Amino acid sequence: MTEISLDSEPVTIEAEEELQDVEERSLTADAWLQLRRRPLFWICVAIIAVLVVASAFPGLFTDLDPQIGDQRNNLQKPSSEHWFGTDLLGRDQFARVVYGARVSIVISLIVTFSAAAIAVTFGSLSGYYGGRVDSIISRITDVWFAIPTVLGGIVMLQLFAQRNILTVSLVIIVFGWPTMLRLVRSAVISVKNADFVDAARALGASDRRIIGRHILPNALTPLLVYMAITFGVVIAAEAALTFIGVGLRKPAVSWGLIISDSRGRIQTHAFLLLYPGIVLSMAVFSFILLGDLLRDAFDPRQR
Amino acid sequence: MADKLLEVENLEVEFRITDGVVKAVNGLSFSVERGETVAILGESGSGKSVSAQAIMGLIPSPPGFITGGSIKFEGVDILELSEEERRLIRGNKIAIVFQDALSSLNPVFTVGWQIGEMFRKHRGASRKQARFSAIELMERVKIPDAKGRVNAYPHEFSGGMRQRIMIAMALALDPDVLIADEPTTALDVTVQAQVMDLLQELQADLGMGLVLITHDLGVVAEVADDVVVMYAGRGMEVGSTREVFGNPAHPYTEGLMSSIARTDIHVERLVPIKGSPPDLLRIPSGCAFRPRCPYVQDDCAREVPPLITIGSGDRATACLHWEEVYNASEVRL
Repeated sequence: MTEISLDSEPVTIEAEEELQDVEERSLTADAWLQLRRRPLFWICVAIIAVLVVASAFPGLFTDLDPQIGDQRNNLQKPSSEHWFGTDLLGRDQFARVVYGARVSIVISLIVTFSAAAIAVTFGSLSGYYGGRVDSIISRITDVWFAIPTVLGGIVMLQLFAQRNILTVSLVIIVFGWPTMLRLVRSAVISVKNADFVDAARALGASDRRIIGRHILPNALTPLLVYMAITFGVVIAAEAALTFIGVGLRKPAVSWGLIISDSRGRIQTHAFLLLYPGIVLSMAVFSFILLGDLLRDAFDPRQR
Repeated sequence: MADKLLEVENLEVEFRITDGVVKAVNGLSFSVERGETVAILGESGSGKSVSAQAIMGLIPSPPGFITGGSIKFEGVDILELSEEERRLIRGNKIAIVFQDALSSLNPVFTVGWQIGEMFRKHRGASRKQARFSAIELMERVKIPDAKGRVNAYPHEFSGGMRQRIMIAMALALDPDVLIADEPTTALDVTVQAQVMDLLQELQADLGMGLVLITHDLGVVAEVADDVVVMYAGRGMEVGSTREVFGNPAHPYTEGLMSSIARTDIHVERLVPIKGSPPDLLRIPSGCAFRPRCPYVQDDCAREVPPLITIGSGDRATACLHWEEVYNASEVRL
């Protein structure tokens, strides 16, 4: 008998520890546990961290000025002094790529969060109230959806006399919100009939409270995932618009401009195109991959 | 009259769907007083839960419509009130506990937060106060180690504990009437008994009116003062539980009574009610129970039998031939 009681003591301690462990596990905590075991996640995070730091403090990565170059040193091949070589005006290509990160990150931030704000506001109204509200919002979304982003972007950007970060962001927002809105709308619809929404209503919660506190927190995961992907897509979109000449203009420093400037020299000086291209691709790739990893982590069925 | 907290009269609810009109509730009347327990008894699809949703104002419309009757709370017909006024009644005056406690709790917030939300929103309590009140309520519904569990998420509780949390949330604002919509159906038998005991105890302490919606005859016999027997969306028989169960005056109630096993009287064989409940899209003319009724006569098809007051006055039945049933069941006992 004594043996049994001796044995049972460590078991209870263990059970208690387990209980405490269980208590801390919410969906987010579960997702985190899942994510932190994946090396790919850390690679993405590292690349994104480098980009963010570069856009905030480009001086940390290079001492050279991206705008000033020595023309005598133009079109030099990559060397220990100029990692990515120098461009036609002798400016250090690496410094230009570093400074270009800021434009991409800022535009991505503006676009992603603005589009998400639009999507959350109107998507939740549309999904929650249904009926006429939903019809109006959804039809507008559908019509917008039918406009090709690049064509619409070209037309709209022609209208602006000045093309800077804000105008380019605005154009990408204008053509980027419909997908997000649909996503939020469908997520809200899938949650709004849950019993806990009825229960909240039965206990006297207002519509605003039901949407804000009970529906949205349960519907945000897909949006979060899509926002990460959008971040990458916007970087590519800015570069694309700038490349075809309707985005940012010189003297701005942006990846799209750098690539655009170098396109004529692909046969003679491929490195001018290659390195900025690789950086751009890696940035886009990291955000999109991060989105995918988040989706896997937040979806228990994927495990 | 003054004591009548909640009074439902001739409630009618229908759902207009593409296949036609589903008449989910076709005339339900009952009333609850302070400190009284009224059971609404019926099988699946008899309109019990829809009635509860109608009282709470939770029927999605469209497709649901309340087409007749009145729901009076303290003498005021709440069907006439604005949506905002009704919202203030929900939770504050009339609260509800649903059947499935897991899906009724928000999975992304801790239970303490959810209980505390009631105090923060309706009573303007601070975070600290709300948390304190939440712990107090959790203790009240007998959740062991309430202090330690206040930050746990709903999925970390067992079914019975979750139901207790739901009860705690419903009781947070001290409602006058608590509607319990099959509160124990999703639980196993021992936990069922605990939760029912808890409900009864809290009701006695707080003096609320309790409307218990269930299909469990045993639970009704044990806890309810009055019972309403529902069939095909209609209240077939109303009366005190003792009288209704002891001496049914409606063939359906009688059928239910002879279909259960009892330890106090000896029966050779349990008698099921033959047939199955009607499709609510196509309710038979006249009395809805007619096709299954052993007492059926020609006049049953003519009209829907009105609810006739019998005996003491608290009792009513919707059967044209209730006397036959009443006398027959008396003899059998």
